[in-house]
Amino acid sequence: MTLASTDITTSAVASALQGKKVDTAGTIFRAALLATLVFTVVVLLTLLVSVVQDAMPILSGEPLTSEVRSDLVDTTTDPPTITQFGETFDVQISTDAAGNETYFQLDERSFGDFVGGNVNFTNPAENGIKQGIFGSLGIAVMVLVFSIPIGVGAAVYLEEYSKASRFTRLVDVNIRNLAGVPSIVYGILGFTVLVTALNGITGGRSLISGGITLAILVLPVVIITSAEAVRAVPQPIREAGYGVGATRWEVTRYHVLPYAMPGILTGTMLSLARALGEAAPLILVGAQTGFFTDPEGALDRLTGNFTALPMLVFNFTRQPGDALKTEGAAAAIVVLLLVVLFVNATGIILRNSFEKKRS
Amino acid sequence: MTALTIDDLQGDRKRSRKEALVSRLFTAAAAFSIVVSALIVISLFREAFLYLTGIKLDWPVYLQGDLPFIGARTEFWTQTGQGVVLSDLWTTGWFPRRGLFDVKTLLVASLGTTAVAMLIATPVGIGTAVYLSEYANPLVRRIVKPVIEVLAGIPSVVLGFFALSWIAPNVVDRVFDPTSSANLLVAGIGVGILTIPLVASISEDALQSVPMSLREAAYGVGAKKVQTVVRVVIPAALSGLVAAFIVAVSRAIGETLVVTIAAGGSGGAAFPGSFPSPEMLTEPGLTMTAAMATVAAGSDQVVGQGNAFQSLFFVGLVLFVLTFVLNIAADRIVRRFRQVY
Repeated sequence: MTLASTDITTSAVASALQGKKVDTAGTIFRAALLATLVFTVVVLLTLLVSVVQDAMPILSGEPLTSEVRSDLVDTTTDPPTITQFGETFDVQISTDAAGNETYFQLDERSFGDFVGGNVNFTNPAENGIKQGIFGSLGIAVMVLVFSIPIGVGAAVYLEEYSKASRFTRLVDVNIRNLAGVPSIVYGILGFTVLVTALNGITGGRSLISGGITLAILVLPVVIITSAEAVRAVPQPIREAGYGVGATRWEVTRYHVLPYAMPGILTGTMLSLARALGEAAPLILVGAQTGFFTDPEGALDRLTGNFTALPMLVFNFTRQPGDALKTEGAAAAIVVLLLVVLFVNATGIILRNSFEKKRS
Repeated sequence: MTALTIDDLQGDRKRSRKEALVSRLFTAAAAFSIVVSALIVISLFREAFLYLTGIKLDWPVYLQGDLPFIGARTEFWTQTGQGVVLSDLWTTGWFPRRGLFDVKTLLVASLGTTAVAMLIATPVGIGTAVYLSEYANPLVRRIVKPVIEVLAGIPSVVLGFFALSWIAPNVVDRVFDPTSSANLLVAGIGVGILTIPLVASISEDALQSVPMSLREAAYGVGAKKVQTVVRVVIPAALSGLVAAFIVAVSRAIGETLVVTIAAGGSGGAAFPGSFPSPEMLTEPGLTMTAAMATVAAGSDQVVGQGNAFQSLFFVGLVLFVLTFVLNIAADRIVRRFRQVY
């Protein structure tokens, strides 16, 4: 055997063992995966940017322009004005290439007025979302008041009190199924039970009905996340409690629940964010779809007409004219997103900070 | 020294009474969830039953009917004022106020948007999950995980708006030139984006639960990264990925606001030519959920008499049963794959 042929054999064996230097299939696969991830990020950014762009006229307080007939405009003043229904507005005149003049009435608006104003479909310049913000606040309170005690109670039952019985298994399976029921079906529940059957108590199509419906909607999620938090409490903590003679309730109250609280709060926050963004059940329960007068007094607020931020977004998108359909809806979405993302972020930060502390 | 009595060992009466009370309260809280389920089923079935019993069984006459019969049916309706003809449940078109209640129209539209949604959410969601679980370094994970959580937190009404105001003019209108810029395809894309985080998070859980030893064994016999991922990790997590898919389908079918806003389904579906066909995706349509929302939001009053309103409960029942079956299936699959490892 010559030296050269040994060399060839060595290099052939080496390359067979090492494989190709460039892993084409692997690179393509990895690039494809990365592309999907980038797609997700880009979609989110596009969504946020396009919404803010659409909302910009209201966010920056740009006046609403609407074309008016030239003979109604008083051109003696500077700038020209128009008087409609006793109110005077500035008029902008734009001239095209052919020298034709078009008159635009300028309606002042500001983001502050938008947030603090009542719903008004007839005059988009004075449209606001105050009633939606109040409604969403009321819903948030009701979701917390109803879903925390019942949700945590059920979770504690499942993790601390239950024995392996048929009832426990039924509850367990049932909760996981409820978590998958479409939100609009909860709307049907709210309509038949709260709006129709319990009309005397809830006042029919009211904030109470809407709030309880959404509380029931998020209940399964509250139960599941709370049960997970309770399950994560180390067994020795319970045993130490029982060892010094505490009852089951005392162990739960003074040891298990405080330890599980961050997890429970995280789950509650994420559920609350979901409830604040839901509109489908509210459509069924009868949130107002148009202008309505504010109820007077605290009790009437609970049992009277109501709407909520996501409902307003839905209603705005159904109106004719860009001022409501695009700008109004987008500005309402900006407020809604701020609220929802703030609540969501609170939950996520809570979770992360406690995860770090424990590990 | 006094002897111990039974009373000394029984403990405090007050404490044990409190214990019993608290135990009962917790049981009641757990039982509440069963009450909720029962109420959902009862309210759906009761009204749906009323609706179905209102159906007149003279279908042989109307079964031959085609579109020209719509006029005749309207007449029939104004004459009797009550009742739905059985064949009206299975023609083409959902126009509750005209007495046409074709569930098939809604079902096909629902399945159409869901199919589009899954075509987007499945590859993107699973791809993102595989990248995050198998490839990403900690920095990328730290950045991308919150992004997905933010996307998961975005309300569906916002995606409906985004679908109609951005996706429709910038993507769908340019590619397909549809008759109306609000159509099933736009709504499907919106629903797809909505379900990406859901698919991604369930898939990632499934991939993470594949034991490291499987990957190490693959590397040990000389597999490359891509071979390990495609031939070992993904097959091992397959049941979890399938479960993610099914849960996402269930979510997509039940999604309401995106389709109500972006599918353009005011007044019902008017599909061209052969039905069902892929072309209908670029037409405005009405899904089951959108039909319910439209019936309920049709007027300011969510009160109503007669079949138009009761049809809402019937569609709700169909939707409930459909998602129920899907959820049970996903649950079964998830359990099976948990037992493996």
